[in-house]
Amino acid sequence: MTVTDTTMSDRSARMNGQPLLEIRDLEMRFPISRGLFRSPTDFVHAVDGINFQIAPGESLGLVGESGCGKSTTGRMLVKLMEPTGGSIVFRDTDYERDVAKLHGSEVKEFRRRAQMIFQDPYESMNPRRTIFDTVSEPMAVQKIGTVPERERRVLELLRLVGLTPPENFLFRYPHELSGGQRQRIAVARALVMNPSFVVADEPTSMLDVSIRISIMELMTKLARELGVSYLYITHDLAVARYMCDRIAVMYLGKIVEMGPTEEILARPQHPYTKALLSAVPVPDPSIRRTPVEIKGGISKAINPPPECRFIERCPFAAEVCRTSPHPPLEERGEQHLVACYRVDEIDRELAAKQRELDARAV
Amino acid sequence: MTISVEDLAARQVDPTKPLLEVDRLVMRYKIKAGEVSAVEDVSFTVHQGEAVGLVGESGCGKTSVALSLLRLLPSNAEYVSGEIRLNGEDLLFLSNEEMRQRRWKEISMVFQGAMNSWNPVYRVGDQIRETLDTHYRGVMDYDQQRTHMEKLFTAVGLPPTMLDRYPHEYSGGMRQRAVIAMALACSPQLIIADEPTTALDVIVQDQILKELKRIQKDLGMSIIYISHDIAVIAEVTDSLGVMYAGKLVEYGPTASVFARPRHPYAYLLLRSTPSITGPRRQLAPLEGEPPDLLDPPTGCRFHPRCPFATEQCERDEPPLEEIGGGHRVACWHHDQVPELEGALQR
Repeated sequence: MTVTDTTMSDRSARMNGQPLLEIRDLEMRFPISRGLFRSPTDFVHAVDGINFQIAPGESLGLVGESGCGKSTTGRMLVKLMEPTGGSIVFRDTDYERDVAKLHGSEVKEFRRRAQMIFQDPYESMNPRRTIFDTVSEPMAVQKIGTVPERERRVLELLRLVGLTPPENFLFRYPHELSGGQRQRIAVARALVMNPSFVVADEPTSMLDVSIRISIMELMTKLARELGVSYLYITHDLAVARYMCDRIAVMYLGKIVEMGPTEEILARPQHPYTKALLSAVPVPDPSIRRTPVEIKGGISKAINPPPECRFIERCPFAAEVCRTSPHPPLEERGEQHLVACYRVDEIDRELAAKQRELDARAV
Repeated sequence: MTISVEDLAARQVDPTKPLLEVDRLVMRYKIKAGEVSAVEDVSFTVHQGEAVGLVGESGCGKTSVALSLLRLLPSNAEYVSGEIRLNGEDLLFLSNEEMRQRRWKEISMVFQGAMNSWNPVYRVGDQIRETLDTHYRGVMDYDQQRTHMEKLFTAVGLPPTMLDRYPHEYSGGMRQRAVIAMALACSPQLIIADEPTTALDVIVQDQILKELKRIQKDLGMSIIYISHDIAVIAEVTDSLGVMYAGKLVEYGPTASVFARPRHPYAYLLLRSTPSITGPRRQLAPLEGEPPDLLDPPTGCRFHPRCPFATEQCERDEPPLEEIGGGHRVACWHHDQVPELEGALQR
């Protein structure tokens, strides 16, 4: 048995418009130990009841500050972590399972369909194994193909990720390669089983600008050609803009805003998204950013109170935010979901402030 | 003796006067395999009150320049030629002890991992006090030191009570602010900030950069920012130098370099930075890998990756030449670079 690549069109055709992944009320709580024989009473609510879907071939960006739960979410989706609640329904052409409930050999089978690319290309590879060993390992684990067949498949992938001539790379070791080349190997390893879903956790944040662009281009090209869906985890909104069809903004375990990429960038509605966007430096000295200022750094979600998670840092918090539970994600525009009670009021307040600033400038 | 630091008062700044002049600096690292040409013929001037940025990819020599200025290079490094003049005095001719007295007091530094360099078993205040002890021995008494440190903390936006806390009680952003407070402790004329915000989240990064910029203006200091992040540099600097493979390939007023990059490398680097504003334009990929500095390419070091390379580029090294308005470029074909714009549109 060998692995062959499918294309985007035959993948989505067989799915009848159903989402590839459907995440419902996904939750991850880490217990904080209070001594050896005491059962934990405190929990870090790393991911706290999030819902979203990913369509076949779609790339969803998960953005947020460190500690917001974005990596934990990614790891749960490929079963590297066991969620403490909720469901992850994964539908492929001939496959439908709740990933959260898979066990033993089912997990192994699932891994043919979902793979992961890690952030650090220097740490994610065994230095004592050749490129061939590294890239063909998923096939070896799944007992697919004979060694010559695996070699053919690896050569094919190396060519696909732009390492040419592939024969020259087959029996080299990671230390002989540059960071960009290693990340290409990581992409090849993730795609060797022809998965339909890949979680990419900050795959370009360790790379230099010029190399970053080529890896980003490679990943988009392959996603288009092979019909792979990505969950693209990043803290860099500018990178997300180039990689993702939709963006979900996470804050302390909750998704606070989600929508099509350009829509989020042009019309952010949640105060956290606004602040995040206004803090991104712009590579053009002639542009002045309009500041939306919020307080300090992210806190930890240890036994968080029921009200809005962002309340402590929100400059617009009002009575309603303090007395109501965390706001639900509500549709405010096409596909544009926001979790905030005061979207309209905030827009008015900001507009008034802007007018004031303009008036003063005149 | 009176100390100017007492009030953290603004220094009189004359923007036409040079503070630091780096003149044809050449620095190499000796390793088993040979000599690594890390800084090759780099010249630039930092004026009083000016913020200068150095950008480039990893291994381009930007950090080596920073360490050279502070004379903090590892023992296998060798200054081959050139001068580094601070207020006209060549730092390379100072004894180690004389140089030690100038660090923190005249040139101080904020390094990338600096927020993790606090000693975990001492209070942060006591660690800053050590610097004051070294440079103001017998000048400030204990209480004066305390008052001074409280002013420093207020200046960087930390509550003075944090002085009595240990590093683990600080968040990452607060630790980096404390590092900046320490860098300001002796009221230096020049701060070298090497990737000062790289490990921080974007909102915290924004706050710290604003703080640094404000302090620099208020106190009349000069800053050299070193970063791979072009967007950050664009926002905080007055002048900008682009480095490639140990060489300064383009230097000029930040606005001018951004609006009209004339070195093909600088052009591609600036145009390959994704941005969240403006139209979503095609990013320019840079083909190939940076050269091995053990055996750098002849002539122009960028020629193996350059779309305009000719025989001349392979043979002769282009000098860093003025093209008007203080904008200098080291390229034989800098007048052709605007053509890239058209090529990218296609």
